[in-house]
Amino acid sequence: MSGGVDSSVAAALLVDDGYDVVGVSMQLYDQERGDARFGTCCTIDDLHDARRVAAALGIPHYIVNLERRFEDVVVDNFVREYAAGRTPLPCAHCNSELKFSTLAEQALGFEATHVATGHYARVTREAGGRFRLWRGADPRKDQAYFLFGLTQAQLARVLFPVGDRTKDAVRQIAQARGLAVADKPDSQEICFVPDGDYAAVVDRLLPADRSGLIVDVAGRVVGRHDGVHHFTIGQRKRLGLASAAPLYVVRLDAGRQLVTVGPRAAVDATGCTASGVNWIAGEAPGGLVRAEAQIRHRHAASAATIEPIADGRVTIAFDAPQTAVTPGQAVVFYRGDEVLGGGWIDSLPST
Amino acid sequence: MRIYLDFNASAPVRDEVADAVVAAMRTRYGNASSVHRFGQEAKAALDEARSAVAALIGGDAPDIVFTSGGTESDNTAIRGVAHALEAKGRRHLIATAIEHEAVRATLQALEQRGWRTTLVPVGRSGVVDPAAVERVIDHQTSLVSVMLANNEIGTIQPVAAIAAIARAHGAVMHTDAVQGAGRIPIRVKDLGVDLLSLSGHKFGGPKGVGVLWMRRGLAIHPWATGGRQERGRRAGTENVPAIEGLGVAARIARQELADAGPRMATLRDRIDTELLARIPGAAVNAGDGPRVPNTTNVSFEGVEGESLVIGLDLDGIAVSTGSACSSGTLEPSHVLRAIGLAPHRVQSAIRFSLGPSTTTEEIDRTIDAVARVVGRLRAVGGGRG
Repeated sequence: MSGGVDSSVAAALLVDDGYDVVGVSMQLYDQERGDARFGTCCTIDDLHDARRVAAALGIPHYIVNLERRFEDVVVDNFVREYAAGRTPLPCAHCNSELKFSTLAEQALGFEATHVATGHYARVTREAGGRFRLWRGADPRKDQAYFLFGLTQAQLARVLFPVGDRTKDAVRQIAQARGLAVADKPDSQEICFVPDGDYAAVVDRLLPADRSGLIVDVAGRVVGRHDGVHHFTIGQRKRLGLASAAPLYVVRLDAGRQLVTVGPRAAVDATGCTASGVNWIAGEAPGGLVRAEAQIRHRHAASAATIEPIADGRVTIAFDAPQTAVTPGQAVVFYRGDEVLGGGWIDSLPST
Repeated sequence: MRIYLDFNASAPVRDEVADAVVAAMRTRYGNASSVHRFGQEAKAALDEARSAVAALIGGDAPDIVFTSGGTESDNTAIRGVAHALEAKGRRHLIATAIEHEAVRATLQALEQRGWRTTLVPVGRSGVVDPAAVERVIDHQTSLVSVMLANNEIGTIQPVAAIAAIARAHGAVMHTDAVQGAGRIPIRVKDLGVDLLSLSGHKFGGPKGVGVLWMRRGLAIHPWATGGRQERGRRAGTENVPAIEGLGVAARIARQELADAGPRMATLRDRIDTELLARIPGAAVNAGDGPRVPNTTNVSFEGVEGESLVIGLDLDGIAVSTGSACSSGTLEPSHVLRAIGLAPHRVQSAIRFSLGPSTTTEEIDRTIDAVARVVGRLRAVGGGRG
C-alpha cells in the first residue's frame, strides 16, 4: 500500500472478495534525513494515507522497513547505471527484487498466501499450472512492462486486483467507498528522485568529475558536458549546443566520457542485444521467437525476431527501425497482450 | 484471544480508574483555581490524587507537581536546572547512555545551545557504575540525570549512590522513574534525588498526565509561563479528570505492588527460561543485572525483530522492539548498542513487558507463538529487509 489510489482500491477489492488482508507499506527512505526532500511517493504523508485507508477498510497496517535493501538494490543500481552511460529502470528492479521477493518472503513468513499490489497487469493460470502475465486492461495505465522479470514462483503468489479495470473505474470505486485517496494525483516520477533531477542523485551518491566532450557522428568535437549521466539516448533538449539542424544524443560512452550527437536518423536502430533475460514461461524457447518488442514503457511494441543466445542473452532484430534504443532500459517481448519475457538492453560495443 | 505484553509502552486502565476520570469530567468541571465551590471541589480532588501519588513514592504531597506526562517532567527537570544554574557558570550536564529519548533529545538540544553533555556508558550488565559518574562530574556540573529503571531492558540503576555523588559536587540529581513506578518500591527520600519523573499511563493511569516530584526548596526555571497553578511550579489549568485517574491508579499500584511484583517476576523468568530452552539461538539481553520484575529483552538469531513483532501481532500477541518512541526508524536501539551487543543481535531483539494482570496462560501461549513465528521466519530467511 503506497498510499495511492491503485493499491488502496486493490486492498478494498480483496476485502470485498473475502480475502484475509493485511496492509503493508514499505519504508524505503529515512523520512527524517535532513537533506533532499525525498521523493514523490512513499513519503511520510503517503504512509499516513495508506494507514488511513487500511483503517477505513478494517485491516491491519504495518510499515516494513526496507531502506537498506532499497538502497543496496534499487538506488545503487540506479546511480551506477547512469554513471555507466545507461538509463536505468529502477521500478523493474524494485518489483523483482523488493516487492515480489523480499517483501513476498516476509509475507510467507507471516503465512500469507499472496502479495497483492495495485499494478495494472493481469496473471492467469493454465490448466497445467503454468502462470501467464498479461498487460493491464487499461492501455493508458498498463504496467506489465515493469513486471517482465517475475518468475513462475513469484507469479504463483501475486494478485493484481485492479489489473482488469480502467483507471477511471478504479477512481470511481475509491470515491464510492469514500476513500480519502480517491482524488490523489498519480505519482509520475521515480519515487526517490525529487523534481525528476536524476543527475543530482548521481552526483550526490557517486561524486566524481565526469565532464567530457560532445562529438558528432564523425568524431568532431562540438561541445562539452558535465557527465554522461545528464543524458539519455534520443535526447534533443538541453544539449547546450547551437546548430542549424536538430541534434540528438546518439550514443553515450562513459568509459571515454563521450556524448555522441547526430541527426534524427542516427538515433534509429534496427536491432540490439539484451542480457539477464527472463522468460515468463520459465525457460528460453528453443530457436527464434517472433513477437512484439517494446523498448520503453511509453513506446509501441513492434514486430521483431528474438534469438536466444548463450548466458541468458538474446539478439533482437526489429522489422522496422526503432527510435532511441536505450542501454539500461528493458526490452520486453509481447505476443498481443501477453508478456513473454524481457531483458536489459546492452550497451553498444565500444567502437 | 488477544495478549498484551507491551506494558512498558502503555498499560490497560482499570475500570475504577476510567470511572474516576468520567465521573470527574461529568461532575467536577470547575477550575481548581476558582474561588467558588466548584473550584474547591476540583481542588480537593487534586489534593486526594496528590496524596495517593506521594504515598506511591514515599514522598510528601506538597512536593508533587502534576504535569502532562513523563516527557514534560523530564524536560522541565533538565531544562529547568540547566537554565537556573547556567548563570552560575555551571554548564555541564551528565546522564547515561541508556536514557529515554525524552532525556537524550533534551540534552542534545541543550548541547546545540552550548551546554557540555556527558553520557556515562553502561557495562554489558546494563547498569551504570557510580564510579563512572564520579570520574566525569566536575564543578561545572549542574545536573546529573539517571533513570531508575530502563524501559528497554528493565535494568535498575544505582540512583541513590549516584545522587550522593551529585550532592557532594553541588549538582542537582534527577531520576526518570517512569518505568519503576508500580513495579518496584520507590522511596524518593531514600533515593536522595532532587527531582523525580513519573508517567501516569505506565502504571494504569490515563495518558497525558504525569508527575514531577521536586525537593522542597528547589527552584528551577518553569516549563512554561502563565498562571500560578501547582504552587507556581507548573502553569496551566489542571487536568482534573486525568489527575483523578492518576490518583486512583497510584493507589491501586501501591496496594498491589507487594503481590504483583513477585508474580510478574515469576512469569517474566518463565519467559526467559522457556524461550532459551525451546528456541535455539535465543539470548536474553542484560538478563544478569538487577531488573524490574516485568521486563525482558530477548534476541533471536537470524530473525529481524520488526518482523517478529508483526508476526506475533498477526497471531494476536502485542510486544515491541525496543521503545515505542523509536519504531519506524532504521536507527538501532541506543540502549542495546550501549550494552555492547553486536548489530545483528540488536536487530533481532524484542521486548516483552508484562503487567499485574498478565496470566500464566498468556505467557504460555506467547512462548508457543514465539517459537512458531521464529521458526517460520527462519525458514524463509529471517524476514530481513
